[in-house]
Amino acid sequence: MIPLATYALRLGDDALVLTQRLSEWSSRAPELEEDVALTNIGLDLLGQARVLLSYAGELEGEGRTEDDLAYLRDEREFTNVQLVEQPNGDFGVTIARQLLFSVYQLLVYGDLRASSDPTLAAVAGKAVKEVAYHVDHAEQWTRRLGDGTEESHDRMQAGIDAMWPFVAELFESDDLVAELAAAGVAVDPASVQAEWDRRVDAVLADATLTRPTPTWRARGGRSGVHSEHMGFLLAEMQHLHRSHPGATW
Amino acid sequence: MDETALQRDFDATIDADDRIEPRDWMPDAYRQTLIRQIAQHAHSEIIGMQPEGNWITRAPSLKRKAILMAKVQDEAGHGLYLYSAAETLGVSRDELLDKLHTGRQRYSSIFNYPTITWADMGAIGWLVDGAAIMNQVPLCRCSYGPYARAMIRICKEESFHQRQGFELLLTLSNGTAEQKAMAQDAVNRWWWPSLMMFGPPDSESTHSEQSMRWGIKRFSNDELRQRFVDASVPQAEILGLTLPDPQLRFNSETGHYEYGDIDWSEFKRILAGDGPCNAQRMAHRVKAHTDGAWVREAAAAYADKRAAREEGAA
Ligand SMILES: [Fe+2]
Ligand SMILES: [Fe+2]
Repeated sequence: MIPLATYALRLGDDALVLTQRLSEWSSRAPELEEDVALTNIGLDLLGQARVLLSYAGELEGEGRTEDDLAYLRDEREFTNVQLVEQPNGDFGVTIARQLLFSVYQLLVYGDLRASSDPTLAAVAGKAVKEVAYHVDHAEQWTRRLGDGTEESHDRMQAGIDAMWPFVAELFESDDLVAELAAAGVAVDPASVQAEWDRRVDAVLADATLTRPTPTWRARGGRSGVHSEHMGFLLAEMQHLHRSHPGATW
Repeated sequence: MDETALQRDFDATIDADDRIEPRDWMPDAYRQTLIRQIAQHAHSEIIGMQPEGNWITRAPSLKRKAILMAKVQDEAGHGLYLYSAAETLGVSRDELLDKLHTGRQRYSSIFNYPTITWADMGAIGWLVDGAAIMNQVPLCRCSYGPYARAMIRICKEESFHQRQGFELLLTLSNGTAEQKAMAQDAVNRWWWPSLMMFGPPDSESTHSEQSMRWGIKRFSNDELRQRFVDASVPQAEILGLTLPDPQLRFNSETGHYEYGDIDWSEFKRILAGDGPCNAQRMAHRVKAHTDGAWVREAAAAYADKRAAREEGAA
């Protein structure tokens, strides 16, 4: 794949894998309104994923569709960050994952609106409005849970603690992104880290939560090295499609 | 006004085919009947999320995944509209959910069947949403205003679901031999349970007459069932699928399709709790509610704290 296609795929994989996780909440949320909200967020992300995967396939020029890329790649070919593939856990873990990822995605898409690539700029322009809502949703719940009851405070803190080792990976750059960023096409994630810190720290403080100091950090998602959870996620997502090679759905 | 005069006004409103609104006087039996019916309908919407939610993570294309997620989300929305309609009659959602969770109120038995293949997503959309529409369209003219208005919104979305289900089955039917067999198998399993969705035959239906008088019910169970059969047979032909009833035939004198005997013993058995998924659906629902308790408590505690802070600041 050419670098731009790989970049589009990274953004798309993040969105697709998080959709898969969020959709597991369907009919399991703490209240009906939340079932609707989590599905809304999942649907927004799925919409982003579909455009980005289609675009990556188009750039590649080998006729691969969004479904080919979603269903027929193996685990080592998925380039999402490990944060989005982490299991839902309880609602506190899910909200922590949403907070950490949505703020990151908002900042990346925000800057990507100025990309010299018109397709990426258009995707970002639409997505940034959706993600602003995702951030709002996650921030509100972080405050409610953090500053709610003793139990919810402990669970929200545990969620933040469990997800924090996956944060460093979000801001990692490599030659591919650095070159595309220098050309004004991509956003170097390192460039949004300071703003991310400021925004997340403010919410944590508001929610009476503590910023963790993790003892380890995840590595490798962008080059297709994932946590053990990823294989099961893909097995579930891909099995039906793969059981009927060449079929139309 | 004394009770007799109130009753007279109420009857006049019903006779004029006007709407009863939450603040109007209404007989207690009317209120209780509506609460029971709306609650059962609301419970069916949210339990119905489970059999379809079962396939979201495995949907075989991203387009189908998006359609299915949106559909299941619609069902949650329907539950919300209906619980709100019930609240106008003086019962809270919490109270009704508690009755569902403790088995004191029912949901539609159709959701006690398992969804074991992807084609079930099509059969449910086409047949189950289709039967629901037949049942529900007349409720858009129901005498109780909030229920009628909720049903208008719901029916619009249900007809969308039905078209999507039909289209899913059509794609499978025109697909590979395995896909077509999957579609036929799903229709075979869902056809008879869908006919049972209209409830027991008119000869055995208990609440019908009074509900007709009150404008809560407009057509009998058997009338609606017949309409459903008449609409479905030609659609099955378009799908290139058969319906699992050797006695199904068109009667040119009546202009209706005749159908075979429904196995009401199966209906009664599942209604009584002995269906493949009754226990599973309830356990899933109760677990979601129980697991979410700390979240709802936190939201309430946070809202209280904020209100107290604002009061302190004022
Ligand atoms: Fe519905
Ligand atoms: Fe529906």
